Amino acid sequence: MKRNSKDQDASHGRMTRRALFLGGLQLAFAGGLAARMRFLQVDQADEFRLLAEENRINFELLPPARGRIFDRNGKVIAQNSPSYRIVIVPENTDDIELAIAKLRRLVDIPDEDIADALKDIKSSKPFHRITLSDQVAWEDIAKVAANAPALPGIEPDVGLTRVYPQLSDFAHVVGYVGPVSDYDLSKMEAPDPVLLTPRFQFGKVGFEAKLEEQLRGKAGTKQVEVNAYGRVMRELGRREGEAGADMQLTIDADLQNYVQARLGRESAAAVVIDCEDGGIRAICSSPSFDPNLFVRGISVADYRMLTEDNYRPLSNKTVQGTYPPGSTFKMITALAALEEGVVGPEETVWCPGHLKVAGRRFHCWKRAGHGHVDLNTSLKRSCDVYYYDVAIKTGIDKISAMANKFGLGIKHDLPMSAVAQGITPTKEWKERSYGKDWLIGDTANASIGQGYMLASPLQLAVMSARLATGRSVTPRLLKSIDGVEQPSGAGEPLGISENSLRIVRKGMYSVSNDRRGTAYRSRIIGDGMRMAGKTGTSQVRNITAAERAAGVIRNEDLPWERRDHALFVSFAPYDNPKYAVAVVVEHGGGGSKAAAPIARDVMLQALYDGTPPLEAYPKADRSRIKAQQERLERERVKRPLGSRSSRA
Amino acid sequence: MSYLEYHAKSTPTGLRKVLHLNWGLLLLLITVSSVGFLMLYSVAGGSFSPWVEPQVKRFGLGLGVMFVVAMIPIWFWRNVSVLAYLGSLGLLVAVELFGTVGMGAQRWIDIGFMRLQPSEVTKIALVMLLAAYYDWLPAEKTSRPLWVLLPVALILIPTALVLKQPDLGTSILLMAAGGGVMFLAGVHWAYFAAVIAAGVGLVSAVFQSRGTEWQLLKDYQFRRIDTFLDPSQDPLGAGYHITQSKIALGSGGWSGRGFMQGTQSRLNFLPEKHTDFIFTTLAEEFGFIGGFTLLFIYMLIILFCIASAIATKDRFSSLVILGIAITFFLFFAVNMSMVMGLAPVVGVPLPMVSYGGSAMLVLLGAFGIVQSAHIHRPRQSSR
Repeated sequence: MKRNSKDQDASHGRMTRRALFLGGLQLAFAGGLAARMRFLQVDQADEFRLLAEENRINFELLPPARGRIFDRNGKVIAQNSPSYRIVIVPENTDDIELAIAKLRRLVDIPDEDIADALKDIKSSKPFHRITLSDQVAWEDIAKVAANAPALPGIEPDVGLTRVYPQLSDFAHVVGYVGPVSDYDLSKMEAPDPVLLTPRFQFGKVGFEAKLEEQLRGKAGTKQVEVNAYGRVMRELGRREGEAGADMQLTIDADLQNYVQARLGRESAAAVVIDCEDGGIRAICSSPSFDPNLFVRGISVADYRMLTEDNYRPLSNKTVQGTYPPGSTFKMITALAALEEGVVGPEETVWCPGHLKVAGRRFHCWKRAGHGHVDLNTSLKRSCDVYYYDVAIKTGIDKISAMANKFGLGIKHDLPMSAVAQGITPTKEWKERSYGKDWLIGDTANASIGQGYMLASPLQLAVMSARLATGRSVTPRLLKSIDGVEQPSGAGEPLGISENSLRIVRKGMYSVSNDRRGTAYRSRIIGDGMRMAGKTGTSQVRNITAAERAAGVIRNEDLPWERRDHALFVSFAPYDNPKYAVAVVVEHGGGGSKAAAPIARDVMLQALYDGTPPLEAYPKADRSRIKAQQERLERERVKRPLGSRSSRA
Repeated sequence: MSYLEYHAKSTPTGLRKVLHLNWGLLLLLITVSSVGFLMLYSVAGGSFSPWVEPQVKRFGLGLGVMFVVAMIPIWFWRNVSVLAYLGSLGLLVAVELFGTVGMGAQRWIDIGFMRLQPSEVTKIALVMLLAAYYDWLPAEKTSRPLWVLLPVALILIPTALVLKQPDLGTSILLMAAGGGVMFLAGVHWAYFAAVIAAGVGLVSAVFQSRGTEWQLLKDYQFRRIDTFLDPSQDPLGAGYHITQSKIALGSGGWSGRGFMQGTQSRLNFLPEKHTDFIFTTLAEEFGFIGGFTLLFIYMLIILFCIASAIATKDRFSSLVILGIAITFFLFFAVNMSMVMGLAPVVGVPLPMVSYGGSAMLVLLGAFGIVQSAHIHRPRQSSR
């Protein structure tokens, strides 16, 4: 391409002008920089030099005291206790390595702690106080204080650490705090600066995690002048933080402690709800663990022990575990049928031991059958065929709707981790989840709480409380925040006819008070204390036709994980319900044998607000119960604090 | 055949080229780098390790690269501009996919002996491409809308990639340098006025919307902008560095505390004391005199470049020299504004002084191109 040289000269001329213009701009900017430099270095030099030479400004974060957690009677569940430690402030020392080496000549600190601290120093700001050694003996603190001039940047410090004095009793309710991790931070939009403090304690699980922001409070800041040796000369400014809110739970720590001990080493869950206001009085998952282990970071060995246990001590079975409710669901089926008018209270169904549904045989648990069965008998003796029959007449969608009214298949809003919703199947639900049509046999299974039906122990307790009161009792865990009472969970009437409710309650009464009831052996003696309940035994395996022909294998002969779950739901006193209790014993066998006695003992403990008199038990059992009470009394004695296993 | 190639026979050949180097410029570059070595020696507490030694080695390597680049005729560099640009885009994409996360951003690719920051290469490649574009484009088309949009797109593609890393500092540098080259090439000033007006309008609209119903940003985004613009609102975060930096700088006074006598920068205030905040140490130890001298040398380098660009009659040469000069200027202007608390903290190093391999190597390579343009400039005498 040929260009004419006049054009070229013109464009070169323009470029030269523009280059000079830009050069001028740059020169002007450089002039501005020089002026700024002069302003800082000449005009303000004295001020800055004073700041620099004699004193320096340090910022300190004042970590807030975490809110404490109490039970309903003011017993401490989580608190902060002072812990002496040795810290280093990197900006106050020229040579971190040297300072640490000097310190280690005075105080014995393990290599791993030093390595951890060096890692923390690298990843934090120079004004952060990095812990070199935690839980230090008083003599060591004194040594550090006495040698302060020789240890620039190193200071004794008293901080707060979370302590759970109730040990394993509240591990599943309250959860625990632990050192905040990079992963925790990565999940936050704009983390509070105090969280960047190395090893800041942060709610990891449960109540501590759900109410983290309120419990944490707000950090204050302090601006101080320090001299060249890092010693504080004077305070320049201070913005006070806010302590975290104190929380009171609805739980009764004594009852909680009893329930946990009563569950013992079973893999089980128990929930006690106050029928009047929905307050959870006890909520225990067994086995449990000591949350104090997690506070400063759990050792690998301890953690492995917890995760490799078949009984899953880390999982909170009360809200997180879902089980087929089995026969404890029968009240719902009965109510749905009564309200739909498909069956009257006096009407009977013939139980020959099985019912043929769509060409398949559905068995009653009692092979020989129950003969003519009315509603009361069907609950008392837990006849399955009665429910197959009335459920098919009622229809699954009506039954599921009734279950939802009683809190099954509903995710209750509690400040705990992983609260499960459970399943109350409907035709639409099966179509959506499995892409298959609902079969009439599915209705038969659902009617006795098997098949797709799943509920958590918490939901079963809520169901019992609602059966007892006819109101939509809402479970709650939080009694008050900083002394401010939280709303009651008494709930509105469910809108179910009092007549139907009375019939069903009467049936539950018979279960544990009629000589032929399935839980008669776990009855409560004494007028005004009578307990109404319902047993449940939910299968975790299919019984084949061949096995049925040869005789069903007894639970005791099966391996643990294939045995039936044992369930019991109850409320008492019958005529003026105060508490509802649900117990699930995983693979415990029959509900009447494994779950009902626990529920009865727990109920009595709650009703009497302490150890019940032996007169509340049937005569024949009293000597056995006395021995059990004494054994539990011994086991409830707590281990002293500080017997933590050592860090690995 | 272009104007430049026509006159090629009159440019020096072989080893005689060395005699035609821009010796003044070279000397200034060596001076600035030596200031860097001195400061790195001081912040290391009077030691060649860990910073001075690798820095000197890289400088040696960089000088070698500069000489080789300078010996190769400038028309070769013009012809490979498109390749260089495409290559740097490829590297930017590669760093997105395989890059190492450092300082919270994906910026590096490890290539064995050093870590390469592709965004450094991009700055130079973009300037080269734009210079070549305006060399090729007939002068009368320069201000036609379509021919303006094309270079704008060429600038915005790498800017977007760098912004995604995220490296705000470099993306601002890319846009400013690209815009600078367009301005020099003679694009009508109305375009620049329009862009500036639109930018001002947008920013003020965003701020005007605050607290009204049609608020354009979320509240927390506004708070972030607040602390970005005024770090003193966040005394434990961004503001901490600036406060400490200003104290160190101011305490230097007129003539400084003397070499190796700085106390502020020696204590562990600034995590970036050997990179982005190295000017603080210089200003503390050598005072206003030291800081001003460095600024003066930097400006001399710019003036040498402008003189060289005006002297050559080759359009590509002029544009590429001036483009590189703008990039260089932006480096130290942004860095100094930042440490003096005039601009928000964005990661831009002090050129030739801050510790860092990629930036120094790439800058020396770029000055190689400046030298090549200087050596191979068309000479009037041979006409």
